[in-house]
Amino acid sequence: MATHKRPLSPHLQIYKPQITSFTSILHRATGVALSVGTLVLVYWLSAIAGGEEAYKSAQELLSSVVGLVLLLGWSFALFYHLCNGIRHLFWDAGYGFDIETTRKTGRTVLTMSVILTIGAWALAYAM
Amino acid sequence: MDFRTPLARVRGLGSARDGTERFIAQRMTAIALVPLLIWFVASIVSLVGADYATVKEWVSTPFVTVLLLLLLGAVFYHAQIGLHEVFEDYLHSDLVKTTAMVLMKFTITTLGLFSALAVLRIALGG
Repeated sequence: MATHKRPLSPHLQIYKPQITSFTSILHRATGVALSVGTLVLVYWLSAIAGGEEAYKSAQELLSSVVGLVLLLGWSFALFYHLCNGIRHLFWDAGYGFDIETTRKTGRTVLTMSVILTIGAWALAYAM
Repeated sequence: MDFRTPLARVRGLGSARDGTERFIAQRMTAIALVPLLIWFVASIVSLVGADYATVKEWVSTPFVTVLLLLLLGAVFYHAQIGLHEVFEDYLHSDLVKTTAMVLMKFTITTLGLFSALAVLRIALGG
């Protein structure tokens, strides 16, 4: 059909990846991942409510290799979405919109989420 | 011939007065989630390796029960708004979009109620 031949605005594959677009896409991706991750929260709370046996099997499942890998991913997603969410709240308040600042805060958010993820797991295992 | 006032007409055409409701709710829940999640993550980290009785007692502390319920409310409301936005942007067929939206909202509501019920069961010793 002729309508398909209309010019389209440039999409993802046309633009050079930039930290601003990368952090924006990652914010959405981690948001969706965390929404799926709420299943684990519901499961964990229900297991506590279900009694000691249910709690023990939940603990076993969550501390299996697959469980730990998923939890590691979700903890990074949580820290990233939290840090970048704070960045978004500053934007909403009207601060930090110039290009240099958005790049700087983007790098800060990525660094902070890696540090917080490693820190949380280190603390969890140290205790 | 249109007998309606311009105000009545514009109200049926989109965002008259409450168009920013979801936008504001997304920010409100985000602001609430910042301290709630910092508290939650710190608590979970300190609970790693704890036995059943300790975890149960922790949830049953009135302060913790209330904060957990607030956290769950904010999390599921925020997730629902976020997923709504993502579906709006990436699902282009009306049928697929509507179906996904309805299923997502039913699921989120059910999960939210399940988690709140679990917290209350632990807290009230049921």
